[in-house]
Amino acid sequence: MTIKQANLSRRAALKGAAGLVIALTLPLGGGKLLAQSAATGKPLAVNAYVRIGSDDIVTVIVKHLEMGQGPLTGLSTLVAEELDADWSKIRTEHAPVDATLYAGIPGIQMTGGSNAIATSYDLMRRAGATARAMLVQAAALAWKVKPEDITVSQGVLRHAASQREGRFGQFAEAASKLAVPQQVTLKDPANFQLIGKDHRTPRVDALAKSTGKAKFTLDINAPGMLTVVVAHPDRFGAKLASFDASAALKVNGVVAVKPIPSGVAVYAKGMWAAIKGRKALKITWDESGAETRGTEQMIADYRALAATPGVVAGASGDAAAAFAAGGKVIEAEYVFPYLAHAPMEPLDGYLQWDGTRALARYGCQAQTFDQGALAMTLGLAPANVEIETLIAGGSFGRRAQGNSHFALELAEAAKAIGPNTPIKLVWTREDDIRGGYYRPLFLHRMRGVVRDGQIAGWTNTLVGQSFMRGTALEPYVVVNGVDMIAVEGANNLPYDLPAFRCEAHFPSSPVSTLWWRSVGHTHAAYSRETFIDRLLIETGKDPVAGRLELMGKHPRLANVLKAVAELANWSGSEPAKGRARGVAVAESFGSYVAEIAEVSLGTNGEPKVHKVWCAVDCGVAVNPDVIRAQVEGGIGFALGHALYGEVPLEKGAPTISNFDGYRSLRIEEMPAVELVIIKSDVAPTGIGEPPVPPLAPAVANALAQLGKARPTRLPFVRMS
Amino acid sequence: MKYTLNVNGADRQVDVDDDTPLLWVLRDELQLTGTKYGCGIAMCGACTVHLDGQPTRSCSTPVASLTPGQKVTTIEAVDGRVAEAVQAAWVAHDVPQCGYCQSGQVMSAVALLRDTPKPSDDDIDAAMSGNLCRCATYVRIRAAIKSAAAKLEA
Repeated sequence: MTIKQANLSRRAALKGAAGLVIALTLPLGGGKLLAQSAATGKPLAVNAYVRIGSDDIVTVIVKHLEMGQGPLTGLSTLVAEELDADWSKIRTEHAPVDATLYAGIPGIQMTGGSNAIATSYDLMRRAGATARAMLVQAAALAWKVKPEDITVSQGVLRHAASQREGRFGQFAEAASKLAVPQQVTLKDPANFQLIGKDHRTPRVDALAKSTGKAKFTLDINAPGMLTVVVAHPDRFGAKLASFDASAALKVNGVVAVKPIPSGVAVYAKGMWAAIKGRKALKITWDESGAETRGTEQMIADYRALAATPGVVAGASGDAAAAFAAGGKVIEAEYVFPYLAHAPMEPLDGYLQWDGTRALARYGCQAQTFDQGALAMTLGLAPANVEIETLIAGGSFGRRAQGNSHFALELAEAAKAIGPNTPIKLVWTREDDIRGGYYRPLFLHRMRGVVRDGQIAGWTNTLVGQSFMRGTALEPYVVVNGVDMIAVEGANNLPYDLPAFRCEAHFPSSPVSTLWWRSVGHTHAAYSRETFIDRLLIETGKDPVAGRLELMGKHPRLANVLKAVAELANWSGSEPAKGRARGVAVAESFGSYVAEIAEVSLGTNGEPKVHKVWCAVDCGVAVNPDVIRAQVEGGIGFALGHALYGEVPLEKGAPTISNFDGYRSLRIEEMPAVELVIIKSDVAPTGIGEPPVPPLAPAVANALAQLGKARPTRLPFVRMS
Repeated sequence: MKYTLNVNGADRQVDVDDDTPLLWVLRDELQLTGTKYGCGIAMCGACTVHLDGQPTRSCSTPVASLTPGQKVTTIEAVDGRVAEAVQAAWVAHDVPQCGYCQSGQVMSAVALLRDTPKPSDDDIDAAMSGNLCRCATYVRIRAAIKSAAAKLEA
């Protein structure tokens, strides 16, 4: 194994390699850097997306946060393909903050919506192709041959006729002095050596992560650094009234205690002292604006709302007429709990500042927003706030915040202790589970009418908090009063029905909520896919064949359904030997997934999922094994939460605190997974989230065949 | 309170409160940050180290509970043919996703294979059930343990 994670910080890399690094400036977005270079007269040391050293090392600058989903490997594959690089020479680093170069959505540098590969496929291939063209040109000049007579393979340039060859590193410096080609030709996909090939692009971070050498934010130990934990209120929406720190300050290692807007910050020499100091605080909270309801009351309130007209989120045909015309009406109500993301590494961040400049180091998922939040709080210009993005120990959506609440708390904690004291702010697991920003509690009220053996109409009224309102992202996603990501997957169906209507309510609560791996699809796919199954069975149709009859306008989704049925040898959902199968499909983030789950009831009465078959169409499969890993992991993640996940509230406060109350899938509960990836030449779309939505409804549909009703309240272990 | 701990083969002196978990001694006093914090209540296994070879949750092991001479081994120093086989298998299967739990997973897997060279699926379940992976890399953890076992047998 020759691939090693480059653990050097970007700063260290620049410092250590200053004379060796070449500039390969790209036509796209590189203009700004060029202009800066011309203005200062300094050699341009860093290209926006790729850098090649005289030591042959190819460093890929990755604009997306590595939180497990694989962008360090994926984006490097795109560069290496067009560059014809030697994969063992690839190193990676996260991009600095610059939305003009590294936007994930227009104007905003962030990772979300499974956007890494989707927004990089063209960009990073062009980066690689441009670098290759310049190396070839440099070699041609040196060898006095025609560039078109030079071939490149595995990081080596060759001129066959003169039997000359050289490594990238030999031509890196000369290449850096050449004009950047304005046009490059990308490879014909038929000639790909890495993209779509198994086992040629192993993960660039696997070794460091298997040996304890990978450095996470929690591992930062800077001279003079204090560890900070913050006491937050139990009840959502409560604020600090008063506190007594006298006992906390007596704890060995506690250095200071300061009030900040989100609570009371304890500064200590090390984590244990900080935890003990926080326990010793006496705090009075002002609960006048706090949530007072528990989960059950909120559900009752949502139920009442769902019985009233909401804002129309989608409609086709005349739903009222369809129901008025008679037939069998089927109704269902689905309730989805608050869910914590609970990434293995809880939220954490490091910040140092001297009153004029700041450096933050952490697993930053929304650089543009966080830089603004840090700058505003510290009273600095954004240009004076640097963010060094580190690998993150999971996220599942948690680290991307439209309101930058964690960056704000980090900056407030730094500000309260004053300049020149570096801090590491750490949320404990209790802070994480009790700290909100949950997948919202949702209620879906479904009605369907079956007439003459056909589904004649479908309505869905959904109720849940919008976490986009009031954030910087509101203009992007709230359209005519409808939060489009709250209703995604519910406001249009992949099934062609004569009449359809979707209405929504977005009630408010002080309980903070956030996107959670696959966002609206986490609840929409469940209600849709279990309800269609129920209606199809009412019409006497097979769950696969019945769906396919209605999916004429959704050929890619229909195709994955056919593929998964073939993979699993689907012959209906009738149980055999105590096991039954259920199916579900979902399009999300531009990718298409169908899953079949084989389920039995365990001796403890809990569902046991033995195997999941999956078919995926995510366009060009850049790294098939990363896709396979995301499918396996997405299925496990979805299953754990469907079976066990819930953060219940009583009187506005969570009733659980840690993994003892927030049960998480363990190895003995993980099903086998078999995957087929649809061959495609369509530009790639994401894979981090799309495997999640179909899993829970597939399991529920299987349970229905085992004599259990499809669970209408999640998680499943609630069912008796 | 002053303690002398045998960590990764060397005696190390630390001055910490009696109730300080071994986890924070390793991470904050000795800068051995490969061992991770995940829950603090022995529910997730991210903090797994070996105490005299036995997998142990360091987050729930107060430093005062260690007996003199007890040998602490962390991910930084776990070695030998079993550890090498496990880590090579982890890389060959591209097990890690976010990677944060994997130090603990590797420490539990090494302890399993030292004790049970040919583990059954039930053995793997029993040994690895205490190690949560929120990325759910379990399919590959199982596969990697089996490959490491096969390689060690060969």
